[in-house]
Amino acid sequence: MNQHLIIAPILIPFVAGALMLLYDDRQRVVKFWISLSSILAQLFIAIQLVIRAKTGAETGGEGITFYLLGNWEAPMGIVLVLDRLSAMMLVLTAFLATVSLIYARAGWHRQGTYFYSLFQFLLVGLNGAFLTGDLFNLFVFFEVLLAASYGLLLHGSGQVRVRAGFHYIAINLTASLLFLIGVSLIYGVTGTLNMAHLANMISQVAPADRPLLHAAFAILGVAFLVKAGSWPLSFWLPSTYMAAAAPIGAMFAIMTKVGIYAILRLSLLMFGTTGGPSAGFGASVLIALGMATMIFGLLGILAAQNIGRIAANTVLISSGSLLIVIGFALLGGGEAMLAGALYYMIGSTLATGALFLLVEPMERKDGGIAALLALTADAYGMDAQPVEDDSVTEGPRIGYGLPLLAGGFIVAVLFLAGLPPLPGFIGKVAMIQGLIAVTGIWGAIAWGSIALLLLSGLAALIGLVRIGIQTFWTNEENPSQLMALEIAPVLALAAALCMMTVKAEATLRYTAGTAVALHETSAYAYGVFAARPAVTNTSAKTDGQP
Amino acid sequence: MELILSGAIGVLAASGIWLILRPRSFQVIVGLCLLSYAVNLFIFSMGRLTPGAPPIMPKGGFVDPTLYADPVPQALVLTAIVISFATTALFLVVLIGLRGLTGTDHVNGKEKSEA
Repeated sequence: MNQHLIIAPILIPFVAGALMLLYDDRQRVVKFWISLSSILAQLFIAIQLVIRAKTGAETGGEGITFYLLGNWEAPMGIVLVLDRLSAMMLVLTAFLATVSLIYARAGWHRQGTYFYSLFQFLLVGLNGAFLTGDLFNLFVFFEVLLAASYGLLLHGSGQVRVRAGFHYIAINLTASLLFLIGVSLIYGVTGTLNMAHLANMISQVAPADRPLLHAAFAILGVAFLVKAGSWPLSFWLPSTYMAAAAPIGAMFAIMTKVGIYAILRLSLLMFGTTGGPSAGFGASVLIALGMATMIFGLLGILAAQNIGRIAANTVLISSGSLLIVIGFALLGGGEAMLAGALYYMIGSTLATGALFLLVEPMERKDGGIAALLALTADAYGMDAQPVEDDSVTEGPRIGYGLPLLAGGFIVAVLFLAGLPPLPGFIGKVAMIQGLIAVTGIWGAIAWGSIALLLLSGLAALIGLVRIGIQTFWTNEENPSQLMALEIAPVLALAAALCMMTVKAEATLRYTAGTAVALHETSAYAYGVFAARPAVTNTSAKTDGQP
Repeated sequence: MELILSGAIGVLAASGIWLILRPRSFQVIVGLCLLSYAVNLFIFSMGRLTPGAPPIMPKGGFVDPTLYADPVPQALVLTAIVISFATTALFLVVLIGLRGLTGTDHVNGKEKSEA
C-alpha cells in the first residue's frame, strides 16, 4: 500500500476529472465537491510524501523513493521518483489548487464548460511532471498539462482570451517540437531516456558525441525556458496571464515553475560536479538569460498601468532570479544559496498566485457597478456584506471586505518587494549571501545580480504601491462588494506566507536539505538501479492494488 | 537513404518554419503540421536506419541486437504523432474561434493597417 502512494497524485485527479465528464455540466455543486475532495486528498498525500522524503524512505536511501511503473527494472521501464524537491512542489501545487478552486466557486466556474475536469487534468500534468524520472514521460506530462491549460485559458471565451490563447498555443506547440528534438537527440547519443541513467552516463560520453549531446540539452533547455518565461522567449507571457481568468492565472503562476523545476533538476543532475567534461554546461547562459529576464520584468512592472500586467511581470522576475541562482549553483555556488532560492520559489509562487486572485476584485470597480452586480447576482448568494444604506453619510465608504483585501494585498507586496519580516526578505538575504561569496571572474556578475535582485524588489514596491493607492485610497461612490469566497483564498495565501516567516527555520532546513540532495546526485543516479520490481504478479494481486 | 531522409527532414522543417512565421493563421497551422512531420521523421532516424529489420525481438536466449531495429524511437514517434495530432486539432478549433470573433485570419486578430 505504502509504496503505491507515489502514484496517487497522478491517479486521483485523473479519475476525478474523468468522473466529472460523466456529469452534466449544470451539476456544478456535485462537480465542485468532487474536485475539492480530490484536491484535498492530493494535499494530504503530498504532505505525507514530504514527511516520507524528509525522514528517508524504504528504498533508494537518502529520502529518495523510486516507483517502478509497469514493474520493469530501472533503465527499461519508466520510473517515478519522489525526492525532497518533487515532494515540495507537490504540496505547493496542491495548496495553490485548493485556494484557486475555492476562489473559482465564486462564479468563475460558470463561465464555460468542463472547468472542473480541465482543472483536474491540469493537476495530472503538473503532478506527473514533478514526479517522473523519465525524459519522454516528462514530455507526455508536459503535453497533458499544456492541453489542459489551453482549455483553461480559453475558459470564459471572449476575443481577448482567444487571441492570447492563439499565441500561447502556437508558441507552446513549437516549444513542444523543440522538446521532442532534444529528447530524441539525447536518445540517439546515449541510448537512454531515464534521467538517473543519463546522469551516470554523462561523464563517459565519447568526446566526438559530446557536442551533439550538449546541443541536445540546449534545445531541450530552450523548450523549458519558454515555459519558464525566460527573456527572449517570454513575450507571450504577460498578455496570456492577463487574459486568463483569475483563478486560472493563479494556477498559471506555478506553470512557469514547472519549467524552472525541469531546468533545476536536469542541469544539476547532468551538469553538476559529476558531469565530467560537461560540468557547468549552460551555467553562463542561464545567468545571462536570468539577468535579462529580471531587467525585462523590472521595466515591465514600472511601465505597467494595471495590476494584471504587474502580476505577470512579477512572475518574470521570480523566474529570472531563480535562473540566475541555478546558473551560479551549476558553477559551484554552494548549497545555502540554492536553499534560499527554493525558499524564495515557494513564497513567490504563493505571492504571485495571491496577486492574480486580487486582480479581479481590485479592478472590479473600474468596470462599474453594473458588472459587479452581474457577477454578485451570479454568485450563489454570498454577497459578503450589503452596502450601507443610502446617501446619509458622505465621504469615503469602504465595503466590509476591502480592508481584508488590502491586508492580503499588503502581504503580497511586502513579499515581492523583499521587505522584512516576510519570507521574500529571508529568501533574498540567503540568495544574496550566496552571491556575495562568489569570487573570481564571476564575482562582478554576481554583484550585478545582487543589484538586480534589490532593484527588482524596489520596482515591485513602486509599481504595486502605486496600484494599491489608486485602488484602496480613492473615494468611491460605490464601494465594491466582495464575496467571502473571494477573500478567503487570498487570506489563506497571505496566511501561508506569514507561516513561512514564523516557521522560517523549519522551512529553510527543509530547503537546505533539498539543496544538499540536489548537489549529491549519486543517491538519485544510482538509487534507481537498486529499486527492485515488486516480487511476482500473484503477490501483487493479493495486495489488491492496481 | 540517409541523404534522402535528411533532405526530407530539412525541407519539411524549413517549409514549416517559413510558414510559422507567416501572418495568416492557416499558414501557421500548416507550418506546425509540416514541422511536426519533420520532427517525427527525426525521432525515427534517431534509432538509426536499419532497413528490413523487425523491431520486435524473440523471447529468451541470446539475441543479436544488430539484426533488429531499435523499437524505442518507434514507440516514441507513435506517442508524438498522437499528441501532435490532438493538439493540432485543438489549435484548429481556436483558429476558427479567432476567425469568428475577430473577423480576420491575421494571427494578431487585426489587419496590419488597423494596428
